[in-house]
Amino acid sequence: MNTLIFRTTAPIIAVVTCTFSLILLLRGHNDPGGGFIAGLLAASAAIVLGMALGVGTVRRLLRVNPIAIAGAGVLLAAASGAVSAFAGAPYLTGLWLPLHVFGTPGLFDIGVYLTVFGTVTAIALALEDGGEGA
Amino acid sequence: MATHATPLADWLVILPVLLCLGGGALLLVLRRAPAWQPWLCLAILFGVLAVDGLLLARILASGPVSMTMGRWLPPFGISFTADAMGVLFATMSALVAVAVVLSLLGEAPESAVRDGVYPLLLLLMAGVGGAFLTGDLFNLYVWFEVMLIASFGLVVLAGNPLQLDAAVKYGIVNLVATTLFLMALGLLYGALGTLNMADIIGAAGKADRLVLTVIAGLFALAFAIKAAVFPVNAWLPASYHTPPAPISALLGGVLTKVGVYALLRVLALLPTERAMLSPAITAVAIATMLLGPLSAIAETNLRRAVGFLLIGGIGIAITGAATAGAVPGAIVYVGQSILVMAALYLVAGLIERATGTTDTREMGGLYAASSRLSIMFFALVLAIAGVPPFLGFWPKLLLLQGLIGAGDWLLALSLLLSSLLTLIAGARLWSFVFWHPRHAPLLRPPSYAPAILLVGTVLLLGVAPNLLIGIGMVAAHDLADPARYVVAVGLAP
Repeated sequence: MNTLIFRTTAPIIAVVTCTFSLILLLRGHNDPGGGFIAGLLAASAAIVLGMALGVGTVRRLLRVNPIAIAGAGVLLAAASGAVSAFAGAPYLTGLWLPLHVFGTPGLFDIGVYLTVFGTVTAIALALEDGGEGA
Repeated sequence: MATHATPLADWLVILPVLLCLGGGALLLVLRRAPAWQPWLCLAILFGVLAVDGLLLARILASGPVSMTMGRWLPPFGISFTADAMGVLFATMSALVAVAVVLSLLGEAPESAVRDGVYPLLLLLMAGVGGAFLTGDLFNLYVWFEVMLIASFGLVVLAGNPLQLDAAVKYGIVNLVATTLFLMALGLLYGALGTLNMADIIGAAGKADRLVLTVIAGLFALAFAIKAAVFPVNAWLPASYHTPPAPISALLGGVLTKVGVYALLRVLALLPTERAMLSPAITAVAIATMLLGPLSAIAETNLRRAVGFLLIGGIGIAITGAATAGAVPGAIVYVGQSILVMAALYLVAGLIERATGTTDTREMGGLYAASSRLSIMFFALVLAIAGVPPFLGFWPKLLLLQGLIGAGDWLLALSLLLSSLLTLIAGARLWSFVFWHPRHAPLLRPPSYAPAILLVGTVLLLGVAPNLLIGIGMVAAHDLADPARYVVAVGLAP
């Protein structure tokens, strides 16, 4: 895997994949896409980088442990459902800003995105470095 | 779409799950602050305990509480519906979880905290709370999976070969059980077109009884594996004694009871099918309640022996799924058994730490050395066997009343024989652990306080059982006549 071509193109691939994952996340509201598939894509970017530049580099680039990212995602998704307590509606009711530009389902999807990205990245990085620096 | 406003008080239904889930996620984020973890975990569990208590008080005062997620109308949205049975078990489980965290406080090694024992514990409690409070069968399956994954993590946490071996057996058998559960769900959805528990009650009357009986049998098999009913119980003695004692207290006290709960709940939704399955369930109940304590008599590993006593209790608890008359007794039995079994696992852990061995033949001499351990163990053995005025006596009395009232002498006699065998097994453990002479010096075990908390509660509920029996009666009434339950969800009875 440690060829010059791969090492040179991997960051470009990762940037394109990450951007596309964000597009998928945001368009998932009305069109095919959404937090889960977008999170998988973002994780695959981290995996490609890990193969090209080494797991340590990816961990440094992420700054935060992927497990903590997954935890933050679950927390965000759970909290997005609880917003409806202030509107007198049951848990997980979708609430919208004016013009329906953004709402709690979007927050929930971002939570899913973070959870999937964090979990898959944590598993993949642990597999790549043989479970050393988890 | 539901248009009426949801009062904030209804959020009590979802809060036990939400607190545990959010708390577990928060602890994952804070994994770099191990010093905070136990205290946050403890605070969250006290919150859950308080919410469960409030919910229980409300249900006793005014009947089941329900909330359907996302403002959907009931049979289509996912309902969380709390009735007295679910909340009683959830409250007992939360109390056990508090005691478990207290006993992990000083004892959990740093590596276990780093690997996430507290987030896993909270996720396990989220699964347990969800399973007890949900009003939707598919949602029940989801919480079973949450519970299985979290408990799998807790079993392998220390990562020694014995635990990995246990986790493989535990994991594979339980995956088979959840797969059977999922198949039964698909078939039930095909037959009835709904998985909302309240809706099933109404829809079941219009479906083919034979098909429903097969489906109910599949459900019963899946939950029997989860609950460790003979002959599908072999995974429990192979796994529950391997993790640290507080963890096995949580697994032994709570997890098998979720299987019993699901069995009681699902068969109560399909009473005609329950009557068809009754002979089979009666047979396995009798086998389980007799073989459990018999195996405990022959066992020399202390916590494995406790596991066999636990299996005997499961046999007694599932009589509630065999005969309608036994339901109140079975509910009270499961409720108290959560506390008693967890306490017994904790005390067994303390004994193992004090003697430095897990083999009962090498223990001994504790009677003179530790009066507190002797008293706690003795009280718990009497509580399990059902000697008055200890806690186990009252549910067994209710069970006997129900069984004899229904003319079910075979089950009644088996129950008495099972209690006798349990007493013999307990007394045998007692004589090995406490009375045999001892030559090696005793080690200093960790804090007694969490075990004292649980044993104290057991003793207190034993001399003042009215509250527990009252809750059991309300729960059994709502199970037999689900009109209040169905109306609470928002469907026509």
